[in-house]
Formats: sequence, C-alpha cells, structure tokens
Amino acid sequence: MSEADVAVRALVAGHGDFAVGIVSAVAQITGRGDAFVTLSNRDMSAADVERAMRNEVDARAIEVIFTDLPAGSCTMAARRLQRERPGVVLVTGTNLATLLDFVFHTDVPASEAAQHAAEKGRAALVVAGGAPSGH
Amino acid sequence: MAIELFRIDDRLIHGQVVVGWGQPLDLTFIVLVDDEVASSEWEQELYRMGVPPEMDVHFDTVEDAAQKLAVYQRDARRGALLTGDIDTMARLIDLTGAISRVNLGGIHHRAGRTQRLRYVFLAPEEEKALRALASRGVDVSAQDVPAARPLALNEVLSGEGNR
Repeated sequence: MSEADVAVRALVAGHGDFAVGIVSAVAQITGRGDAFVTLSNRDMSAADVERAMRNEVDARAIEVIFTDLPAGSCTMAARRLQRERPGVVLVTGTNLATLLDFVFHTDVPASEAAQHAAEKGRAALVVAGGAPSGH
Repeated sequence: MAIELFRIDDRLIHGQVVVGWGQPLDLTFIVLVDDEVASSEWEQELYRMGVPPEMDVHFDTVEDAAQKLAVYQRDARRGALLTGDIDTMARLIDLTGAISRVNLGGIHHRAGRTQRLRYVFLAPEEEKALRALASRGVDVSAQDVPAARPLALNEVLSGEGNR
C-alpha cells in the first residue's frame, strides 16, 4: 500500500462514540481505518466543536467531513466551516457503507470519492421482511 | 399543547433537541430566540437545515418572541422554545411573566465558569440570575435528555447532581 493510500483523507464526527465506533468497523473490514480522523461532540459547546473541527481540518488539509445526523452540532459546525472553506465537502447521515466505499476510492479526489460514497450509503439502506400476516 | 419545553442550550438546534426531545414530545415547531440569529438569513438557513421538513422553526428576537408568546402558546401543536444563554431567557421572562418552567439543557465550559454538571457550567453572575428566576417562582431544572432525571436548581448549584 502506498503512502497516499494510508494518509488521512477525511474527518468523521458525531455523537458519543459514533465516529470511533464506525471507523473501528471500517478498520475491521478493510484495514483502512487510518484514512479517517475522528471527533466526538460529547459535552462540547457548539463553539468547541467548531474549533476542534477547524483544527483537524487545517492540520491535515482535510477536504471531506462525514457526520452522523443532519441536526447534530457536528453538522452545524461543518456547515459553518464550509463558509470559510467552500472546497470542503460535507456528507451527513453517514453509515458504514458510505465509509467503506470512500476508503476504496483513493484514485480520485477526496471530494469526488465522497459524492460516490454518499450514493453507496443511500443505496445500502434496505428493509427486509416484516410483511403483515395475511397479506 | 403549545410550548412544552423552554430550554437554555448554547447549541440551540441540535440532535438532543430535534430527536432526543422532539420525538417523545412530538414537537412540530421550534421557536429559536436569539437576536443575532434573528438578523441573519445565513444562520437561519443553517438551523433550518437541521430540522425535518415537517417541523417549523420561528426565528425571533427577544422582543418579538415576547409579543408572540401568547400566540405560540395557543398553537394546537407542541413546540419548544430555545435560547442560547441564561440572559436571553431571563429577558424573555421579564417581558412576558408567562414562563413558569425552564430547562437547563447545555451551558458549556467557558472562561470564568465553574462546572456544576457534565453539561452545565456557570459563572457567578449566571448562578445569581438563575437564583433570581427561581425566587420569582420559575421552576428551574437541568435535564439534558428526557430519559435523565431532572435536577432541581439547588441540586445543580450544590454539585449534588454530579454524585
């Protein structure tokens, strides 16, 4: 694996242990958990979340931010950050399928990989079974 | 129905409010009271993006909210009113005299504040303001999510809520 393959390419941010947990799942499945840096908003003010996010984005030249919930303070912070850095891409509603797709698209710019990953994540939601009896 | 939750939370609209309180209380509108946000289209768009399409958000200055509070209280739906700090809520209470219960949902660390709960940090003047509200008969308690036990102001200020 080349150096480019293992460089941090995105920030994953969310509530509680969401980011650490979902990145650990990526690592278990692909061995590429180091493509992400993580952030939790636990017990942080909106300003603290924004500050921590800005520090990570600037320190690692991150172009993509994945968050868990559209209403969450991480998403709000990312949107504020985008005002200063319009090149940053935000994907919210992130699921495991999203991140798995993202880590395998290292041959395209991170922003492009994020668009593709979001489509994969959306398509991965499936409901099986549960038909009411008698139907 | 009307406004079920009067909450002080420096994050304003976020996951705990929209989902944590919104689902069990069946909230369908939010009144966000903040003079700065009320004057910024960009800020309003940001917060509106965070709520589901079926949920209405009203952005008011303190004065506007005071004038409209009776209308909000007559709404057949359930709503929540949010302020980002104690001073804003206290001003609204001063202007209306119509708020009997206040929820401390998130007042986070800042220079000059002392930790009272995991999610409540208070400066001396903020403690004084909360005591003043309580002395006027306002029921002030801390509760970040509905599943948590509400902590009375005395428990918050004494640090008992951390035990």
